[in-house]
Amino acid sequence: MSQVTMTVNGKEMSGDAEGRTLLSQFLRETLGLTGTHVGCDTSQCGACVVHVDGVAVKACTMLAMEAEGTSVDTIEGQAAPDGTLNALQQAFQDHHGLQCGFCTPGMIMSAADLLKNNPQPTEAEVRHHLEGNICRCTGYHNIVKAILAASGQDVSSIAAE
Amino acid sequence: MPKDNGIGASPKRREDVRFLSGTGNYTDDIQVNGQAYVHFLRSDIAHANINGINLDAASAMPGVIKIFTGADFEGVGGIPCGWQVTDRHGEPMQEPAHPVLAQGKVRYVGDQIAAVVAETLEQARDAAEAIEVDLEELPAVVDMKAALADGATKVHDDLTSNLCYDWGFVEENKPAVDAAFEAAAHVTTLELRNNRLVANPMEPRVAIGDFNRATGESTLYTTSQNPHVIRLLMGAFVLGIPEHKLRVVAPDVGGGFGTKIFHYAEEAFCTFAAKALNRAVKWTSTRSEAFISDAHGRDHVTKIELALDADNNFTALRTDTYANMGAYLSTFAPSVPTWLHGTLMAGNYKTPLIYVNVKAVFTNTVPVDAYRGAGRPEATFQLERVVDKAARELGVDPIALRRQNFITEFPYATPVAVEYDTGDYHGTMDALEKMADLSGFEARRKASEAKGKLRGFGVNCYIEACGIAPSNLVGQLGARAGLYESATVRVNATGGLVVMTGSHSHGQGHETSFPQVIAEMIGIDESMVEIVHGDTANTPMGMGTYGSRSLAVGGSAMVRATEKIIAKAKKIAAHLMEAAEADIELKDGAFSVAGTDKSVAWGDVTLAAYVPHNYPLEDIEPGLEETAFYDPANFTYPSGAYACEVEVDPDTGKVTIEAFNAADDFGNIVNPMIVDGQVHGGIGQGIGQALLENAAYDENGQLLSASYMDYAMPRASDVPFYGVDHSSQTPCTHNPLGVKGCGEAGAIGSPPAVINAVVDALRSGGHDIHHIDMPVSPSRVWQAMNG
Repeated sequence: MSQVTMTVNGKEMSGDAEGRTLLSQFLRETLGLTGTHVGCDTSQCGACVVHVDGVAVKACTMLAMEAEGTSVDTIEGQAAPDGTLNALQQAFQDHHGLQCGFCTPGMIMSAADLLKNNPQPTEAEVRHHLEGNICRCTGYHNIVKAILAASGQDVSSIAAE
Repeated sequence: MPKDNGIGASPKRREDVRFLSGTGNYTDDIQVNGQAYVHFLRSDIAHANINGINLDAASAMPGVIKIFTGADFEGVGGIPCGWQVTDRHGEPMQEPAHPVLAQGKVRYVGDQIAAVVAETLEQARDAAEAIEVDLEELPAVVDMKAALADGATKVHDDLTSNLCYDWGFVEENKPAVDAAFEAAAHVTTLELRNNRLVANPMEPRVAIGDFNRATGESTLYTTSQNPHVIRLLMGAFVLGIPEHKLRVVAPDVGGGFGTKIFHYAEEAFCTFAAKALNRAVKWTSTRSEAFISDAHGRDHVTKIELALDADNNFTALRTDTYANMGAYLSTFAPSVPTWLHGTLMAGNYKTPLIYVNVKAVFTNTVPVDAYRGAGRPEATFQLERVVDKAARELGVDPIALRRQNFITEFPYATPVAVEYDTGDYHGTMDALEKMADLSGFEARRKASEAKGKLRGFGVNCYIEACGIAPSNLVGQLGARAGLYESATVRVNATGGLVVMTGSHSHGQGHETSFPQVIAEMIGIDESMVEIVHGDTANTPMGMGTYGSRSLAVGGSAMVRATEKIIAKAKKIAAHLMEAAEADIELKDGAFSVAGTDKSVAWGDVTLAAYVPHNYPLEDIEPGLEETAFYDPANFTYPSGAYACEVEVDPDTGKVTIEAFNAADDFGNIVNPMIVDGQVHGGIGQGIGQALLENAAYDENGQLLSASYMDYAMPRASDVPFYGVDHSSQTPCTHNPLGVKGCGEAGAIGSPPAVINAVVDALRSGGHDIHHIDMPVSPSRVWQAMNG
């Protein structure tokens, strides 16, 4: 066991980790930030996406020790301090972009990464970007719609919400 | 103007705020003080005798608390099956024992041999690797027809064969059905497979057992669609714990799709071990483990025949199905290929004579049970494929052939024992034709051809039976449970309401939609109503959420309880206004006396109920809280028409979905936004089944597609935006809301539309093809074209 320290959602946090402890596990179990979810063990599902030094990363593909000294942003840090949802989160609620909510943290963190680098993505670009995020509930319809809406595009012509 | 409150409105989901901000409470988020961790050592061989287990080295590993094997569970009950099917000859199905941990034999890859409980999960996993197991490999039976051959290896030595049951339905109709085939002008025959699927809710299963020695109470936190059912099954049949000493909590659950209905060995293990060790024991499934331990779905092999007269009227239908049960009977497995499948074979058509034969077979594979739709997708797929093939053989339009044979008068008693209360099959087909822009298809086909692609259009109808079910009826059919639902409505002194429901929400949005119903009934704002679910300690005994039953059955229980509340509140209001009870009207959250300007607000009446200073104490008790149990009179029968347009790349065989449209009749709709979302999700899963997903076993019983590296889940780029329409609404006649259920329709209605479209595309390219089995992967399509 060694101590690992990182800045999480703007606050410095430390905890013990084994050499094999994954960042996803460290966030959930050591730091108690259970908003980051684990939906698979082969780095396919994307429920654990966080941002490490501003870049989207599947937290299950990284060891906790590799995150030493980095700045990590998780779903818990996305809303305003008073709990007000950010524009992307609000678009997911407005357009029913989530059902069971399990893939949602990863979807939000992944979509935030897309919009940061591509503020006005096309439908095809959104779908392509979500290649690494699996949702079983929504058939993706309202997720794609919510992301397009969050980017400021008119989604009123897309069939029913 | 769309409504902004009550039935028919689409308020934003209140559950979303916690899910969007990472503050949900899923089972794996729970840490019980002092919890230990369990890792299950699972068989990597499909069929073997366990000749010995040596725990010496493993037990001495760091952190190990105890290692359990089958021997620790002698004298403990097995995992029960909740439905007994009676075969064609009146005999009960063969029902093997299903131990919590394997005893003497392993029967599928994934069967649990030992359970290591340790201080940390890593220590439990490390120790499991040090367990020495002496497995004597036996031949595995995987293929269903081979499993039924003379001399086949038996999955269960104490059964007479691998045949669970041979079911005929309706058995006495068989001679008449056979005669109708003899007399037919045309017979269309089709052999097909309904591919084995893994449900794959994104949240893997989790169980935490806890035990309080002071009270003697056991608690199980589990990822379940029906905590009360788990409490009853596990308490009464496995561990012998009475309900008042057993609490089951299913908090936020990350999707279910059927596979979280069933009672699993891991739940019983954690509850048992927590008591044995006097500390909490937690298990979290990995995804790889889920593939070999969650009950699978579908896996039918079918031959279907349709008889038509010279005018293209359907005269008879005959189907033979082999249904894979896997190695053990999961909770509701026997009901899926029988009562949830055979009773739907009439579909939307007035076929007068139907005979269904189903042989359920044990194999050395993961147990198979209900997956979204459960039996109804299998019925719909074969029926809608054979109708499409018949249209092509006869050279008639597939839509016209369907319309010609539609049931148009309701109620309609089918020859397969159910009575449809309402429906409008032409109505949904009309809506579909409008959405799908049929007249523009030829131009779109030409545009595809100009790009070197083949384009196809496929249509199908579906009918399903939801809102399971009248308890006395399912009891006669073999269910070992009642299938009512419950609700307790508690009105607080200041007028707010809490509904404790036996239904369970794991994505369906009940916390948002259920309050809409009460808001409508009382005339108050939805925000005054809160929904409590998922904990046996604070909800009445209820059967949970599956089979699109929550609103139709659970919502009806809530309506009944609210009606009792309103009746009592009217008595109080009558007293307060010194009027006759019969003259009291409730509207917009106020009670008034008919024909006068007297009124009292909802909150005045609820306050009087709890501060009964001026109150008819001689006639009624204080307080305002009522419970209702609702047992439905019939199933509900949602229906619809779906259409898919595909492009096929003739060079690679790759199929892309260019358009998908769905017209459904769900009866009355409480929250259109949520209903649309349910249809979208079902279509996504149906497209997944048709194009991508396949739980493939090799001949040794190894699951070849046992992770997301190999099992192709549908991704955002595999599907288009969907068109959905539910303007066609024929309300259910026998529940108070007139609702039918919408959770499974998309998954039931979409696979045949996809395959019908692919066949249409290939035929347009000159390929004489009538069928391709799902999933229609590029290699299968390419092979079909290049034969």
